[in-house]
Amino acid sequence: MTSFLEVVDLVKHFPGVKANDGVNLTLHKGEVHSILGENGAGKSTLMKLIYGLYQPDSGEIRLEGKPVKFHSPRDAIRAGIGMVHQHFMLIPALTVADNIVLGDEPGGITYKRAEAEKKVRELSEKYRLEVDPSAKVEQLSVGLQQRVEILKALYRKAKVLILDEPTAVLTPQETEELFSVVRHLKSQGIPVLFISHKLDEVRAIADRVTVMRAGKTVETLPIGDATPQQLANLMVGREVVLRVEKTKANPGEVILDVQQLRVNDTARREKVRNVSFQIRAGEIFGIAGIDGNGQTELVDAIAGLLPIVGGRLRFLGRDITRLSTAERTKAGIAYVPQDRQLDGLVLDFTLTENAILRDFKRKPFSKGGILFHKPAKTYAERLINLFDVRPRDVNRHAGDLSGGNQQKVILAREVSREPHLLIAVQPTRGLDVGAIEGIHKQLLRLRDEGKAILLVSLELDEILSLSDRIGVIHSGEMVGIVPGESATREQLGLLMTGVTNGEATEVTTR
Amino acid sequence: MKHIMRALATPVIASLLAIIIGGIIAAAIGYNPLQVYGALISGAFGNAANIGYTLAIATPLILIGLGIAISFRAGLFNIGAEGQYWVSVMAATWVGYHFTGLPGWLHVILCLVVAMLVGGLWAGIIPGLAKAYRGAHEVITTMMMSYTGILLCKYMIEDGPMRKPGYIPESYPIPQNTWLPTLIPQSQLTIGIVIAIVAVVVVWFVLFHTTLGFQLRVVGSNPRAARYAGIRVPLYTVLALGISGVLSGLAGGVQLLAIDHRLAEGFNTGYGFTGIVVALLARNNPFGVIVAAVFFAALSTGGQNMQQVTNIPASLTDVLTGLIIFFVAAERIVPQVIQWYKRWTSRASTSISEEGPKPA
Ligand SMILES: Nc1ncnc2c1ncn2[C@@H]1O[C@H](COP(=O)(O)OP(=O)(O)O)[C@@H](O)[C@H]1O
Ligand SMILES: [Mg+2]
Repeated sequence: MTSFLEVVDLVKHFPGVKANDGVNLTLHKGEVHSILGENGAGKSTLMKLIYGLYQPDSGEIRLEGKPVKFHSPRDAIRAGIGMVHQHFMLIPALTVADNIVLGDEPGGITYKRAEAEKKVRELSEKYRLEVDPSAKVEQLSVGLQQRVEILKALYRKAKVLILDEPTAVLTPQETEELFSVVRHLKSQGIPVLFISHKLDEVRAIADRVTVMRAGKTVETLPIGDATPQQLANLMVGREVVLRVEKTKANPGEVILDVQQLRVNDTARREKVRNVSFQIRAGEIFGIAGIDGNGQTELVDAIAGLLPIVGGRLRFLGRDITRLSTAERTKAGIAYVPQDRQLDGLVLDFTLTENAILRDFKRKPFSKGGILFHKPAKTYAERLINLFDVRPRDVNRHAGDLSGGNQQKVILAREVSREPHLLIAVQPTRGLDVGAIEGIHKQLLRLRDEGKAILLVSLELDEILSLSDRIGVIHSGEMVGIVPGESATREQLGLLMTGVTNGEATEVTTR
Repeated sequence: MKHIMRALATPVIASLLAIIIGGIIAAAIGYNPLQVYGALISGAFGNAANIGYTLAIATPLILIGLGIAISFRAGLFNIGAEGQYWVSVMAATWVGYHFTGLPGWLHVILCLVVAMLVGGLWAGIIPGLAKAYRGAHEVITTMMMSYTGILLCKYMIEDGPMRKPGYIPESYPIPQNTWLPTLIPQSQLTIGIVIAIVAVVVVWFVLFHTTLGFQLRVVGSNPRAARYAGIRVPLYTVLALGISGVLSGLAGGVQLLAIDHRLAEGFNTGYGFTGIVVALLARNNPFGVIVAAVFFAALSTGGQNMQQVTNIPASLTDVLTGLIIFFVAAERIVPQVIQWYKRWTSRASTSISEEGPKPA
């Protein structure tokens, strides 16, 4: 195998950070090469250097043996480098074909849409990336939008494809589909640089893996030689616990009592149907289910963000069915929402302001409507020290932080108010192993302190490793509640697809 | 300190670019830019009277700009300040010539309070409630309410009950004991400017040191996070537009008591629209509003002097205003220009393999 792309001693500094600090990488023709590293390791920076979005401070990039310098993505594209960013860059109101050809439209002065669509169709057949060229991008799922991005790169004759954390936004099914696309591209001779911080994905798709840590490439090894534990340790730079140790739960009084709950979504579609369960102090109750089966609505209703159509909600013995979000927060319900950037944080606020986002009305942060910045700042400083948020600067805006650190800020905020119940939705989504380990440990520590925890996750492994009891939701109904220690993937998988208790006879219910 | 510098960079650069381009235009049509700007500056700040006049014009701009900045902070575009201003003038005029038995200071306060209330209600009730509970876009509703208000004022002094008998359509005047005292004799500068500055400090305090301001800003920055934080988004939407209207109303009240003393025909000064530009240039910073308002006031007062001294049309100041708006709105242009320049210089020294495949 010959090398296609080579990166030699690449260095890139940002004010105060060595984002890339002596990076070496060799991409062979016809391989899928993974860059594995925690958030902030410098993966995206490296890709942006290769793609001409940043210029290196020193070091060299070689394409097929020749040194190249890209002043802009335009240069990189011209040289055959294709990249799909972490955040898509599509125009929602235009069609798939429009988006793909944008900037290189067929035809002279007039735009020949039919021709564009034909070309896109040929391309999508060649690379087995099925998507309707005339569909509007805004109507496509995230997975399909990603395909459009890939097609966009291929349309520009990409000879290598860079995918920056492509699975972060995908459902498990979409991830599988992406993997088969990647494999097909490989078979067509297009090498792929696959950025990820997820061990299992890297092991599933890559031929070789390069681990990055703190701006440096630590090691490159064939995937066959690497165990998950070894990769995790390389990534984090210390021994990591991949699966947290858990003692037996010691459940106490009932904290949350959900009775026959019915909830509609904002478009008034029935999403939660007569769901009942209880959570006790000192236990983690996990909710498993395929995305979109009512988990979000259930949790929003408990947090007070969606109105309850029917049923009752009791918290510490008190009926809270009609209480507002603020009143529930005050009563002791903490909530780590699914979308940290859309719901959990105000990105252009400082960490101090975000730390008191849900507590600004109480002492010592305010009194009689006057805010006091000093106590807020002290409080925020304590939180970020306790949860090791980086950078350790409460004056930074939340939007400046990496996803993992943003999540830590939210978790710190929610946990520090000493709640009786913590609702955590996908608390480790998009985080790296080190951060996941930390957050799992925190959740277990809270449980052992006697808090009740409602955990919603799409990752079965996460549910299985943390939950003391697991409720499975399907089409808005709780189809089974099983004890955590005896639950298996298969059993949950069956329940999640709607096989009821009667059919899955092994399944134990309450 | 550093972030203050960064916040200042865009408006300052935008203004400078506009001034430079304005100078080029002046030169191109045959005037000496230095002379032109010299006349502009001396017209605006040349002597005490000129300074007084500039600050007098800045007063309503500060108050209106402040109100618009608050609405922007809450993520709302109150572009109907002009109408809020005028209905407030109308209401305050009515109070002014009706309750003549009151002691002067009480009468002044009453006029200002009524002006603020009416301005607040004009913005808060229909546009505010419609936005909060029906999602009606405030750009449309504040604009419509603005026209409605202006036409209502017209009616009041042309055919309506406020018309003073006589040829000129105007209202009865307000009594002299409600006029605001002047700060510089013979000038139009009154303690109105003090009221405006106090308002700036109050708004700054409210925005950054009260739970009310915190909630307004959360709603403006991320309404979903606001809901999650337990903030009643509809309430704060109404409040934001209401407070914005209160400040437009205060501007109207102060202007009436300080300068106009009556509601008169031809009143359409455009303060409500310049106020939008003031808020934009100030980047919604309360103290920035003072600077931006004085700047635009200076363009207006200096522009007249500029025309007299150099014969250049005063509308050059409109060109400047337009350019500033352009550069502030297009703030991303500034780093982009820097980047182009860098690429252009480095491309000259290095080269890359250009023979890559041409896209189909
Ligand atoms: N444009 C930038 N300006 C300043 N710092 C940056 C910039 N981009 C990235 N960084 C910093 O560089 C480091 C590496 O970031 P990044 O390459 O995005 O990591 P990864 O993609 O591996 O998560 C981080 O500490 C990040 O905060
Ligand atoms: Mg990244």
